[in-house]
This record gives sequence, C-alpha cells and structure tokens, in this order.
Amino acid sequence: MHQDNDDAAGADCEETIERLYWFLDGELTEERRIAIRLHLDECGPCLKAVDFEAELRRLIADKCRDRVPDGLRERIAAAIRLERVGHDRND
Amino acid sequence: MQFMPSLYTAAMRMTRNPQDAEDLLQETFLKAYRAYGGFQEGTNLKAWLYKILTNTYINSYRAKRRRPEESELEDVEDLYLYRRLAGAEGASGRSAEEEALERFTDDEVKAAVESLPEGFRLAVLLADVEGFSYKEIAEIMDVPIGTVMSRLHRGRKALQKALAEYGLERGLVEAHPG
Repeated sequence: MHQDNDDAAGADCEETIERLYWFLDGELTEERRIAIRLHLDECGPCLKAVDFEAELRRLIADKCRDRVPDGLRERIAAAIRLERVGHDRND
Repeated sequence: MQFMPSLYTAAMRMTRNPQDAEDLLQETFLKAYRAYGGFQEGTNLKAWLYKILTNTYINSYRAKRRRPEESELEDVEDLYLYRRLAGAEGASGRSAEEEALERFTDDEVKAAVESLPEGFRLAVLLADVEGFSYKEIAEIMDVPIGTVMSRLHRGRKALQKALAEYGLERGLVEAHPG
C-alpha cells in the first residue's frame, strides 16, 4: 500500500500554511479541514499565523466600506421610474 | 434596491472613482430592472446583481484605463505581512501583529486593494469583502474555479505586500523581518 499524503491524521506545518487560504475560505474537504484543525490544536506558531490571516481578512472587509453618497439612491430610483414610464408608453 | 451599500463599495474599488462608481451602479440597477424577468426565484440574488455589476464594469469602464497585465504580478512569499509585523510592539491582550494591523487606515487598505491588477482585484473583493464562495466568484467573473483560486492566492499576497509598503513608510513594519 502506498502512503498517501492526505491521510486522515493531522496535517503538518507545511500543509497548514500551504492550504491556509482554502482553510479560511471554508473550501477544503471535511477531512483536510479536520486534519488542519488538529494540527492547529497543537502547533502554537501555525495557530498564530492562521489567526493573523483571519484577522487581516476581517480588517480588509471592515476598512473597505464606502458610504453610499447622498442622493444616489434617489437618482437611481428616478432612473428606474423613468424606464418604467417609457416602457408603459411603448406597450 | 437591496445590496446597494456593498454594490457601491465594489463599484468604488472597480472604478476607483466616485463619479464612475455612481454611473456604474445606476447602469447596473437599470440592467437588473430590465432583466429581472430572467432572474430565477430561489437563485442567489446578490450573486446575480454582482454578475451584472462585473459585466457592466468590464464592458463599459475597463477599456478607459490600461492597467499592468496580470502576468506582471510578482510572486510573494507566504505570510508576507505577518512576518514583517512580527517585531512590532503591541500592548497586552491581543498579539502584537494583530494590534499592528489595526493601525492601517481605511484609505491605506482601500489603496492596497485598488493597487491590484483587475482580475486579482475583483477576485479578492468578491471573496474577502463580500464573502462569496469560489464557485460563486467563478460564475460572477465567468472564469474556471482554478483561475479563481490562483487569482485569490496571488492577489491576497500582493495585497499583503502593498500593505507592508504602506506600513514601512509609516514605521509600522520592519524593513528586515527577523
């Protein structure tokens, strides 16, 4: 039997860092997610790095927000109304 | 007009200009209004609106400005920013690195996202700001999932490098990681 790298046992540091984005994105198979979770339970440096990346992502989402300018909502609503009126006339 | 704040944020990162962002958003909502008959109940309305936004941006705004080609994005090592913030001083409680992150301003984070070449910028925006899955991003951008993954991977690292450069200018980041 050949030894598969994807054994159900815990992941190592290399796999954890390599698959970090897939892990945080929730896009790993259940098996690899658990394997990395197990590794993080016992590896402080990897846990710290993963926590940092998760925090960075939260920060990007938080700091990347723009307030909708005053009047834009009304302007778009008016454009849609105009479209609707034009449409009704053409019917 | 659901999802207006997040669509406006996305339009701002795409066009990098408030006037274009407003026009792009208006065009998006008008197209969505016209196409609504083709929208299938039960499918993801937010993803559908983002697809219209993305297509409208690509068709109407992208040609205006030439940006560096995607192949120019250099390889960046794993944990780039983390390793450079590792020596930063922090108060008790949270880790020093996480504390250092908080010192980046909104403008610096926005500028770092906007510095990414387009394909990478859109993927990072859709994943990290809007929380779409790889599959949803592939549908919105009309590219294979493998392309989404590689753009996200490289785009996120390039974003870290851009942030590290702002941090270096302000003394938040060490020039030579330990």
